[in-house]
Amino acid sequence: MLNKTPLAQLHETMGGKMVDFGGWWMPVNYGSQIEEHNAVRTDAGMFDVSHMTVVDVHGEQAQAFLRYLLANDVAKLTEQGKALYTGMLNDEGGVIDDLIVYLMPLGYRLVVNCATREKDLAWINLQAQKFTVEVTERPELAMIAVQGPNARKKVCEVLADDADTLNKLDVFYGAALSGARSEWFAARTGYTGEDGFEIIVPATDVNTFWQQLADHGVAPCGLGSRDTLRLEAGMNLYGHEMNDETSPLVANMGWTISWEPTDRVFIGRSVIAAEKAAGIKQKLVGLVMRSRGVLRDGYEVVVPGTDERGVITSGTFSPTLGVSIAIARVPTGSVSSAEVIIRGKRVAVEVVKPCFVRKGKALI
Amino acid sequence: MSEVRAELKYLESHEWARVETDGTVTVGISDHAQAALGDVVFVELPEVGSDVTAGSEAGVVESVKAASDVYSPISGEVIAVNEALEDAPETINSSPYDDGWFYKVRPTELEELDNALDAEAYQEATE
Repeated sequence: MLNKTPLAQLHETMGGKMVDFGGWWMPVNYGSQIEEHNAVRTDAGMFDVSHMTVVDVHGEQAQAFLRYLLANDVAKLTEQGKALYTGMLNDEGGVIDDLIVYLMPLGYRLVVNCATREKDLAWINLQAQKFTVEVTERPELAMIAVQGPNARKKVCEVLADDADTLNKLDVFYGAALSGARSEWFAARTGYTGEDGFEIIVPATDVNTFWQQLADHGVAPCGLGSRDTLRLEAGMNLYGHEMNDETSPLVANMGWTISWEPTDRVFIGRSVIAAEKAAGIKQKLVGLVMRSRGVLRDGYEVVVPGTDERGVITSGTFSPTLGVSIAIARVPTGSVSSAEVIIRGKRVAVEVVKPCFVRKGKALI
Repeated sequence: MSEVRAELKYLESHEWARVETDGTVTVGISDHAQAALGDVVFVELPEVGSDVTAGSEAGVVESVKAASDVYSPISGEVIAVNEALEDAPETINSSPYDDGWFYKVRPTELEELDNALDAEAYQEATE
């Protein structure tokens, strides 16, 4: 039995090519993944991300609970609507999930991945037993990401009553909307390397909103282009760059760990602190292949100066750059070139920082 | 609904073969295959003058999504490849049965195609 978002029927009506995506019936594209990708880089596109899970954490000890549950420190959130990106670690220091947490009037709001929903909720509820908190999943809320250089302008046209609020939102801040839309929550966040919003909308309103955005020239985009866009932006995807067995320290998530204050106890801390002290053995890098072909997940990476092999965690063809790019986990150390084994052949690749495109501009 | 063409022979691995009036055989991938792969970004074609074998790999087609081996429906010598695909691999998406052909073979045994599926059987196999 496949899960469906409230938009599933509309996706099919609008020509979405539907696939089973981690148990959800989702559009992978609406005809051409590359055209959708380019729409986001040059204009505006929208994604149904209602399969992601919204969890509200309220109660007296909400802050204390999340300071224990998450590797980043929610005490940094001092302004309403401010967002924080963090890993949620297990006792072994592996990443259960990566998520965004917002400071809300009544507590905190977490937005977690779809593929990890059940284990996330089980873990959060288990840990919550030791605290006076209420953990509430919000399945009645849908979510649309509108991304691209013209995304904000087009969203403001549709949500004209709240245009002022939306225009004033800084990057990585969210705000509730007004009037009949008081249950709506718009955040200036995204997963594409472009400006835009991720907007949490009651399921009952989401079809109208999607249609209005389409009428304002926002291109419906499938999850295929969402992946090529995030990879160009060098953003991690759970299950690829990290998983339950991967430390955040080898997933370029070191910046999301709050080591200060040193007396804050959070799950996984002692394990990753020991790992850090011993020296981090691996890191994520970007790979660029100028020759023809496509780098794929799982391909081996031969790094000069070491017998230890690396591995591609995410690879694709970059529509913006016209070459293949990848994120790879390799032994720590500085190299500018490597080789990837493609169907038995060694092919030269450049090693770069794992961020290839931002705001429509090539960084390599 | 994917298009199938009555004059073509198909493999279950989604390649098609067309016998031309001069007895050569043109090979490509089906409309169903191009739709399943999504945007094609790269193809690896056999070399002109090389031999291909029915049922064996003759090339690779890569889309944004996946890499897929291309199996030859027929044995013989490759007499032409569609070089236009190097610069415009998306032609495979827009015209899988015409401009998006892969290579042409001078077959050693045309009867090999008797083992391939006709359009109707292929249609059923992909439903």
